[in-house]
Amino acid sequence: MRREVLQSIDLVIRPGEIVLLTGPSGCGKTTLLTLVGALRQVQEGSIEIFGHQLHGASRMARQQLRRRIGMIIQGHNLLRCLTAEENVQMGSDLLIGLSFQERRSQARDWLRAVGLGDHLGKLPHDLSGGQKQRVAIARALAAKPKLLLADEPTASLDSQTGREVVELLKGLATDQGCGVLMVTHDPRILDIADRLLQMEDGRLFAKTA
Amino acid sequence: MLLLTRQPVRLAVALAGISFAGILMFMQLGFRDGLFDASVTVHRLLDADAVLISPRSSSSVSMAGFPRRRLVQAMADPDVVGITPVHWNLLLWRNPQNRSTRSILALGFEPSDPLLIDPVLVTKAQVLTQRGRVLFDDQSRPEFGPVAQWFKQGRIVESEISGKRVRVAGLVSLGTSFGADGNLLASSETFLELLPNTPAGSIEVGLIRLKPGADSVGVIKRLSSALPADVKVLSKQGFIDFEQNYWRSSTSIGFIFTLGAAMGFIVGCVIVYQVLYSDVSDHLPEYATLMAMGYPLSSLLGVVAREGFYLAVFGYLPAYFAGEGLYWLVRSATKLPVAMDVNRALTVFSMILVMCMVSAALAMRRLADADPADIF
Repeated sequence: MRREVLQSIDLVIRPGEIVLLTGPSGCGKTTLLTLVGALRQVQEGSIEIFGHQLHGASRMARQQLRRRIGMIIQGHNLLRCLTAEENVQMGSDLLIGLSFQERRSQARDWLRAVGLGDHLGKLPHDLSGGQKQRVAIARALAAKPKLLLADEPTASLDSQTGREVVELLKGLATDQGCGVLMVTHDPRILDIADRLLQMEDGRLFAKTA
Repeated sequence: MLLLTRQPVRLAVALAGISFAGILMFMQLGFRDGLFDASVTVHRLLDADAVLISPRSSSSVSMAGFPRRRLVQAMADPDVVGITPVHWNLLLWRNPQNRSTRSILALGFEPSDPLLIDPVLVTKAQVLTQRGRVLFDDQSRPEFGPVAQWFKQGRIVESEISGKRVRVAGLVSLGTSFGADGNLLASSETFLELLPNTPAGSIEVGLIRLKPGADSVGVIKRLSSALPADVKVLSKQGFIDFEQNYWRSSTSIGFIFTLGAAMGFIVGCVIVYQVLYSDVSDHLPEYATLMAMGYPLSSLLGVVAREGFYLAVFGYLPAYFAGEGLYWLVRSATKLPVAMDVNRALTVFSMILVMCMVSAALAMRRLADADPADIF
């Protein structure tokens, strides 16, 4: 059965821009994220990332593109058996032409940048929810993405940590000049957006903050 | 690697399973090779470069006779320097302690001719010139009676073979085999007395010794074409193979033990597959995350393959040492020459490796289910 989930979507994200996407559940936000993130095959229409057309892109091409897209998701999905710094290193390992030492030290720098300098050797099991989310952010950023996709990064965090995480994200994204597309329901963080979008029944509307 | 060590229980189960499979394979193959090896203990000791046997002979327990003149004819070849005609048959030995009888492999030869490589025998064989004297193998099974023990104590050990009285005049050390639980050496004269129905001039085995440096393959070929079809010319190795081949192909022993080893292999496969499969399933979201980050599927398959490889290596080590221990146990209990050899150690290792890699390959199919879009 085929059903049209997303309709008349026209969205451009510029480098360094933070776009927030809100909308009721089931309206297609996550579908849009997975499409933009090259996780799903585009069936109709056109998505262009870094100048590459995703419609009809091969599995290989999408996998290559994903290396340049950072993803932060609700269930952080850290690798349980790796320590915080090893998890972050999984991100920097995607960069080509760096020695193990360089990658390891980059991973440590990222963890310090997210304020986890004291928890380098801890397993995800021993970290709190906010800390895990910050590790996930560090991991996403360690791969030096040009586009960052975030799906409710603050959902499992209390308001203060949520705020901190988002501030951190904004700061780092601006430094790196990478575009951010963030899906959120959290009204407390709407103010960090450059642009606010509302989605309903697969249609996208601009919303003024 | 870390995927394994962070779950010590699962790791222990996996390693125990692999080790068990490995031990099973070691034991089955060890028994098989040990039994095949054991079947030729005497063959190996023979002082010969080539051997004549009757084409009707099928194994050491059913040797047929051929005319002794064939061996003398072989002497005509310029490269042949010595021959030893040997009578070879199973005789019924009466246990001197409890009077029960049991088959024993008896070799009859001229005491002045060399029979075995062991030079000590030449002096020992001199006692056989007296009629009714035999040399007893001290490694024979205990069912033949405490012959070696009594002899060492200085007692006169006498027994009966086919109703004829014989006296043990010395001990030799040969070893038991498949077909023969014990061995006995006698002079041709004594031997013929014990088996009076042997046709005159008929022997079962002819040993041929060649000039040092002679081309044995060429000589064997020459002899084969020169001698009539009532004898078969074999190299010493050929004689050994002839015997082993009988046990391998004409009996179910080889099949049984190979099947046992195959069972071990399959059991191991199932265990490793279970462990790897559930491991992949448990970590599926993480694999999906890695794919979402842009890691190619092949690198994830590599992780599973490496997991399988580590399991193979670390499962093999305990299997190897347990195998050594069990071989020692078997040796001391059965006197079968079961020992670890490089060949078998490598065979079992490669089987374990194949087992783990096949299981890993099967478990990888689960990995194909990892859809990066599912992580949201």
